Amino acid sequence: MTREDAFTQFLLQMGDNTLILGHRVSEWCGHAPVLEEDIALANTALDLIGQTQMWLGLAAEVQGDGKSADDLAFLRDAWDFRNVLLVEVPNEDFGRTLMRQFLFDAWHSIQLGRLMKSSDERVAAIAEKASKEVAYHLERSADTVVGLGDGTEESHRRMQEALDYLWPYAGEMFQSDEADAEMVKAGIAPDPASLREEYDTLVSRVLTEATLTIPESRFAHKGGRTGAMHTEHLGHLLTQMQWLQRAYPGAKW
Amino acid sequence: MSQVTTQPNVDQIWDWLDAVPDPEIPVISLVDLGIIRDVAWEGGTLVVIVTPTYSGCPATSVIAMDIETALRDRGISDLKLKTQISPAWTTDWLSQKGRAKLEDYGIAPPQPAGGPDKCPHCGSKDVTRVSQFGSTPCKAHWRCQDCLEPFDYFKCI
Ligand SMILES: [Zn+2]
Repeated sequence: MTREDAFTQFLLQMGDNTLILGHRVSEWCGHAPVLEEDIALANTALDLIGQTQMWLGLAAEVQGDGKSADDLAFLRDAWDFRNVLLVEVPNEDFGRTLMRQFLFDAWHSIQLGRLMKSSDERVAAIAEKASKEVAYHLERSADTVVGLGDGTEESHRRMQEALDYLWPYAGEMFQSDEADAEMVKAGIAPDPASLREEYDTLVSRVLTEATLTIPESRFAHKGGRTGAMHTEHLGHLLTQMQWLQRAYPGAKW
Repeated sequence: MSQVTTQPNVDQIWDWLDAVPDPEIPVISLVDLGIIRDVAWEGGTLVVIVTPTYSGCPATSVIAMDIETALRDRGISDLKLKTQISPAWTTDWLSQKGRAKLEDYGIAPPQPAGGPDKCPHCGSKDVTRVSQFGSTPCKAHWRCQDCLEPFDYFKCI
């Protein structure tokens, strides 16, 4: 794998994570349990979509074949996406949505902190911008996980179920392959595995406060960030997200 | 061709831009908001550097259009807008004039402590957060415990 291919892959991973999670979170718009949560989720989705424009914009620039961020978002098929599986699983209830957000935000904030020191100044600039927004996302999702985990009997049960379901999806964020090794060599991005310790410390502090129990198994679903195999959910998501550009190619307003 | 004498100086242009309202909070200008980072002539081209507030802020494209319209109305046709994301926008860049106008309008200006120091309506210090997010990406939703009015707080980032 050439350095350019590895770099593109890395940028797609960053941009596809925020794109797919942003879309998932936006599905709550108009459906959240209370108005304030509806607004909070929509604003989080908006930040993530904004970050997507920067990551996929840079991916398109590095690819250098005249494509735009929009082309990458709307005209690729499921097997070309490089997001982790965690962000494509369905929202289910509000508890699972916020647990997924927390597990992702925790990784995202650590990752962006490292990327601010990237040898590529474009990557460092995007990370600097995004990290401010993500610090805010993490504050909110962590607070909500604690509030619901250490809440009523029902909210506690739902949060524990969400954690049991989602935990096996967290491990993929720390898997490395040869493309990651290439990024580490170039000083562009950290080795994903090197984030694990800080992540575990952060996540277990919050989950302990939330009176929730982290499952013991280290089994991890994988295949999203390499593109080897996504869940069936991604295809369904794309049929909605990409419908307009597929049905009316080049449509603008 | 007598264009040589008509190039306005940058102080003049800053004044013009200070008259362009923020599309979402029209009581403050784009200059008050701190998103105009530089204005300079490069030969016959006017280059305006803009730093977006939030990555996904839907007002970003409207802002670019408003800048273009305002400057074209003043006769500047050779214009280039450049987006600069680093250093990232911070609420420290809000002008003092802008902060005062926000408060007059009923939006509590950002504070380093992370929350409003008082109710923008009655001045009470007894305020409580309703939600970390508000009606636009840059605001959070608070309420005064004395006059009971809800109000927007301009988030400190
Ligand atoms: Zn009051």
